[in-house]
Amino acid sequence: MDILLQQIINGLVQGSVYALVALGYTMVYGILGLINFAHGEVVMVGAMVALAVSGMLLAAGLPPLLVLLLALLVAMAVCMALGYAIERIAYRPLRNAPRLAPLITAIGVSIVLQNLAMIFWGREYHAFPQLLPGASHGFGGAIINDVQIIIIAVALLMMAGLLVLVHRTRLGRAMRAVAENPSAAALMGVDINTVISVTFMIGSALAAVAGLMVSANYGIVHYYMGFLLGLKAFTAAVLGGIGNLRGAMLGGVLLGLIESLGAGYIGDLSGGFFGSNYQDVFAFFALIAVLVFRPSGLLGERVAERA
Amino acid sequence: MSLLSVENLKASYGGIQALKGISLEVAQGELVALIGSNGAGKSTTLKTLAGLLHPASGSIHYDGISMHDIPAHQRVRDGLSLVPEGRGVFARLSVEENLQMGAYIRNDTAQIAADLERMYALFPRLAERRAQLAGTLSGGEQQMVAMARALMSKPKLLMLDEPSMGLAPMMVAKIFETISDISAQGVSILLVEQNARLALEVARRGYVLESGLITLADSASNLLGSDEVRRAYLGA
Repeated sequence: MDILLQQIINGLVQGSVYALVALGYTMVYGILGLINFAHGEVVMVGAMVALAVSGMLLAAGLPPLLVLLLALLVAMAVCMALGYAIERIAYRPLRNAPRLAPLITAIGVSIVLQNLAMIFWGREYHAFPQLLPGASHGFGGAIINDVQIIIIAVALLMMAGLLVLVHRTRLGRAMRAVAENPSAAALMGVDINTVISVTFMIGSALAAVAGLMVSANYGIVHYYMGFLLGLKAFTAAVLGGIGNLRGAMLGGVLLGLIESLGAGYIGDLSGGFFGSNYQDVFAFFALIAVLVFRPSGLLGERVAERA
Repeated sequence: MSLLSVENLKASYGGIQALKGISLEVAQGELVALIGSNGAGKSTTLKTLAGLLHPASGSIHYDGISMHDIPAHQRVRDGLSLVPEGRGVFARLSVEENLQMGAYIRNDTAQIAADLERMYALFPRLAERRAQLAGTLSGGEQQMVAMARALMSKPKLLMLDEPSMGLAPMMVAKIFETISDISAQGVSILLVEQNARLALEVARRGYVLESGLITLADSASNLLGSDEVRRAYLGA
């Protein structure tokens, strides 16, 4: 019983991170029909910047909570600028090119960012400082710590905020209009380029938050951390139905839970043949299983109508 | 002076030279029809005027200003509004959100709310369906959404691309009645139609477009009476 609850808690924490990153994939896909494979690297840059900023500020003697807040703000700002630059430099010139061109470019941007990060921050694992008290709480036989509580709470807050932005504001309306019919949106006076830039920036800000969450939770930052995380979050977005915001949230949380429960029980289920190191397999197994029955994802619309 | 003045406009669309140098004018408050058969370049003309297509050469002056370097989203702010072919309604936005998109360029909140109510008075059918997704409406209702949405931007020149296309006869009559009403309120209108008779009945002047060239330009009543037009476009 306590193992089950513990795995659910772990799954929700990991799922919150997946959900935030998945939102970035799904927003860009929704508006451009492009899979921004560089998005995982934006998460990594967010983590790296947060690490650098908190290192400096802690050395300057600022209180850890303030350091956390400032690190988050700087990481968000840097990632927003990065997201803007990626779109402006790599994708915008290919706006009217065949779909394969921006896709290949996205993979290229991802590799470039990884390598730049490696040159800049080195190949080694960096320890992320403990900025939160990190007290653990017993919870029905399971344990949850402050960092995990904050991760879940912040993720919920960001997701609610995003839904309000997209569904209740003028900007959100313009984003949905551009996603559906760019030229009609232009006829309404919407500057499509601005809306697309803003979409990239919002997704990147969420990625920065996710980057800081992962680093704070595991205490480790690495130049390659964005790759698998990005792939998983992309999986989560597809699982939920890519292009659909609620789908990305659902897909992220589900993927976190599936992985965590899988990792917790696979040993017992396979009589010790598979260990919990097989947890990554679950993500992709779940993806295949869902896509076989619902090719457009859990909350996705039928894609055929769009093509 | 003309509100819109187009001179020797040439434009290509999909590798084909769709406009081979057309000139036309729309005066303040005038309702002008642009008729012609399928593929004559009518839609290309409107797209170019709205800024969705770049002309190869020629000039577009609107309100005395050259539109050459002004992007589509800026032209709406100047009062140049296009209801595109196929309506371009945002299917996944509600009717009300569609109309709010029409007012995207405005920030006079109170006046926007008042104009929304005016649109609902003009199209009572839309009032009943204001919370419904626009994609669930009938073709005629979507045409109403598209026109109401364009009016929400307070256009000085409204360009309509085939408003009767695919609509039931009763709905066509309703739409054309509305076009006359809008015109009576002083909005200049450039109306593109395949249904030449309907268009010429509401318009003051008309142009006939054939394979990218304007072949006739006259008052609407003269065009309606001309043998050429009758034979080619009125089926008589």
